[in-house]
Amino acid sequence: MPTTLEPVRPAAPAADRPVPAGPRAVFAARRAGAAAEPAWLREAREAGLRRFEQTGYPTLTDEDWRFTNLAPLTQLPFQPAPEPAVLTPVEAALERQPFHGLPGPVLVFVDGYFAPQLSTGLQPPGRDGAAVIGNLRAALAHDPDRLAALLTRHAPADDHAFTALNQAFFTDGAYLRVPAGCALEAPVHLVFLGSGRRDATASFARNLIHVGAGARLTVIEYSADLADRGSVANHVTELVAEDGAELEHLKFQDQPAGAFEVSGLYVHLGRRVKFFSHSFALGARLSRHHIRLGLRGEDTEAVLNGLYLVNGERLADHHMLVEHASPRCASHEYFNGILADRARGVFHGRILVRPGAQKTDAKQTNKNLLLSDDAVVDTKPQLEIYADDVKCTHGATVGQLHPEHIFYLRARGIPRETARQMLIHAFAGEIIDRVQCAAAREALDRLIWDRLETEERLGLGARD
Amino acid sequence: MEPILEIQDLHAGVDGREILKGISLTIRPGEVHAIMGPNGSGKSTLAAVLAGREGYTVSAGTVRYLGQDLLEMAPEDRARAGLFLAFQYPVEIPGVNSTYFLKAALNEVRKARGLPELDAVEFLQFVRERIKLLELNEDLLKRPVNVGFSGGEKKRNEIFQMAVLEPKLAVLDETDSGLDIDALRVVAGGVNKLRRPDNAQLVITHYQRLLNYIVPDYVHVLCDGRIVKSGDKRLALELEEKGYDWIQGCTLCEPCTLTPA
Repeated sequence: MPTTLEPVRPAAPAADRPVPAGPRAVFAARRAGAAAEPAWLREAREAGLRRFEQTGYPTLTDEDWRFTNLAPLTQLPFQPAPEPAVLTPVEAALERQPFHGLPGPVLVFVDGYFAPQLSTGLQPPGRDGAAVIGNLRAALAHDPDRLAALLTRHAPADDHAFTALNQAFFTDGAYLRVPAGCALEAPVHLVFLGSGRRDATASFARNLIHVGAGARLTVIEYSADLADRGSVANHVTELVAEDGAELEHLKFQDQPAGAFEVSGLYVHLGRRVKFFSHSFALGARLSRHHIRLGLRGEDTEAVLNGLYLVNGERLADHHMLVEHASPRCASHEYFNGILADRARGVFHGRILVRPGAQKTDAKQTNKNLLLSDDAVVDTKPQLEIYADDVKCTHGATVGQLHPEHIFYLRARGIPRETARQMLIHAFAGEIIDRVQCAAAREALDRLIWDRLETEERLGLGARD
Repeated sequence: MEPILEIQDLHAGVDGREILKGISLTIRPGEVHAIMGPNGSGKSTLAAVLAGREGYTVSAGTVRYLGQDLLEMAPEDRARAGLFLAFQYPVEIPGVNSTYFLKAALNEVRKARGLPELDAVEFLQFVRERIKLLELNEDLLKRPVNVGFSGGEKKRNEIFQMAVLEPKLAVLDETDSGLDIDALRVVAGGVNKLRRPDNAQLVITHYQRLLNYIVPDYVHVLCDGRIVKSGDKRLALELEEKGYDWIQGCTLCEPCTLTPA
């Protein structure tokens, strides 16, 4: 029943690519020690690994990766984090995260492993008709058949090497199930922390979120690292929303300056769904967030909203594929980038309108604010349309702060630095304002303002 | 009495082109001065140089403001010292909320005057009282600065900001342009109510019409970067009647006509 998102141009396996020897050996060792998993999952993991071995890591010659040089990541030894033997103290890091103190259950994962003692508001699977808020491993043990129909079905391993690797190596993640007609009012917080342990360069989390017909859910994913040791976070979220569901997914990436994060959000939407996705990328040496959105039922509306705010040598990449497979759906993408120093931003947005998806309303906007002469942005909107009665637009802008705006504010007594911060904040505010969850929106607004004021952190000093 | 503004032999221009060619002007507390002149005579350049807009070069002369060298001051320092420019073309600033902006501006100005910052409640009370002067809708306060405002609302918003910031010297750069007669009356009424014995206003305009409502003590005619004639309010009426051509020295400018209001 679940349809996978067909990759339109699958990366061709190439024999001449360097395939690290590591993954197979790690895989075999894990398999030997791991608790028995259902056969279908063992097969899926094996298939994920095979897929990765066929393709290897992408390189700059891959069209979808030509702006993002992965060499610093792919040269790292393949070293997935083993299950921690002792508890990592992460309370302080939890308190630092911007959504700390907000209402709602909190699920904490350290290096991709569930930390129940740090998590609150869990709802284990119980009677039918009640929501489940817990971790994937527990759900796999409790209800493997239900998961068999969903897990790995929406995030195809052949999308790209990182999803393949995740499929082979994911350790745990969140499992959220909201039954039909049920509404979770408070947001569910998923917190992914890297421990910074020396033996852990890579972590793999996999989340599965299933929202029933007419159900409502808000999910906030936050990822960061306790120490800056150049680790790689590879997180995949599969999200299925049935007819009439309302769903808001907010991802906030705040990794340290040396870290890498490659993540994927795979979304399958039924009919009359209202969906919001927000991606905030503030950290990491290199981050790449994939969104694969399948509009599979009629009259569904999706907003993909995002902000990347990067300085130093950071690179923030968003790679989106929105697939209109049904009539009368709307997808609106809004991504703003703020880039300082020698930072780089990449926006790759592709809209695919399948035959028969008439009355599609697809819009894509990417605006970039460059705060230095050395900042670079590569923006690549793409429309691919196979229906004749559609409204599709895209636009991209790259610019600087407007000197007339700065002068107007200064002419009213506002110091130049404050004027610049107000204007940058306003640019970020266009994105923040679309967050529906009021508590999260306010927390983000405060956080962005604090970051702008902390000049040394963002390097946004006067340079106009 | 100590002058608020003292301009002496000011030469200034843009891109190496001299636009102001020796302006001298003294403004004392309680005075309203009008500067009239045809297009291209240098009116807006004078306003820009006084406010500290980038891109203008002063090649000679001095400007003293309350005893300080105005030209040495950053635009925000001029504003904090009580100089206010009502823009001819107020810019729209998307995403910057009007209330937030105005509160930041007022608190900067108050800080400079040694006054405590207003809290949110005090501030709202104050601006609500002031916004009535300009007959503006309070909803404007919730919108981004000037975004989606009509031309008339933008101009009234400038004078509303002036009412909030209570400047020592207000420079009104063609505040009348683009206003219909009703809006003109409201704007002029607002400006007049802000007039005090210890402040001053410099009204820059092409037309005499505004001066029916904001009655100046002195009128100066600017032509080709120089003040070619000064007088009292009767000079404005004379200009209205005879046109700028009547002023000696104005032949250097593009031919112009005074359109009756």
